[in-house]
Amino acid sequence: MSDELRSRIEGLIGKHKVMLFMKGTKHFPACGFSNAVVEILKKERVDFDTFNILSDPEIRQGLKEYSNWPTYPQLYVDGKFVGGCDIVTEMHQSGELARELSAAKSPLNPAEPRRGQE
Amino acid sequence: MPDQDALKAQLIAAFPGARVEVTDLTGTRDHFQALVVASQFRGRSRVEQHKMVYAALGDLMRGPIHALALTTHAPDNSPEGPP
Repeated sequence: MSDELRSRIEGLIGKHKVMLFMKGTKHFPACGFSNAVVEILKKERVDFDTFNILSDPEIRQGLKEYSNWPTYPQLYVDGKFVGGCDIVTEMHQSGELARELSAAKSPLNPAEPRRGQE
Repeated sequence: MPDQDALKAQLIAAFPGARVEVTDLTGTRDHFQALVVASQFRGRSRVEQHKMVYAALGDLMRGPIHALALTTHAPDNSPEGPP
């Protein structure tokens, strides 16, 4: 994978604390699995952003390689890959997802580490 | 395209001794549901467990299989949770 694509991917993953790569958009999901994760995030009452992988073949293929995960949707929290639809659903049902998301929201756990300037 | 028995055989070959159930959700050999209970999953996170299954299916995940609803765990594991 080119450095350029890798840095584009990392930029997108870091765009929001809770970032969902999906087929379609938050308002118009184009796949039942993507829709399921959108609905779960709404139930978790968390602010999140989405990226429509159908709009960008390069990201669609590149992110699969980057995360070593062959399918969409893919959920990232604080830059970390959390899972696809099945894992997110299980974590939502067990309460694990709520804990993960509240840790991500906590001011004690800032998403962006300070950049060293010295 | 694989049928559910072929998928099941491939998973059992990859995870000897595992309990494997595969269902063809649509009858079209491209949307499947699978349960894999394998001792090889012990100590692995769910993301790692799913990656192990995807790796076992290899090229099937890069085209022939459009969707795979997956449940994985180690045998007799208790649900993760606070102590």
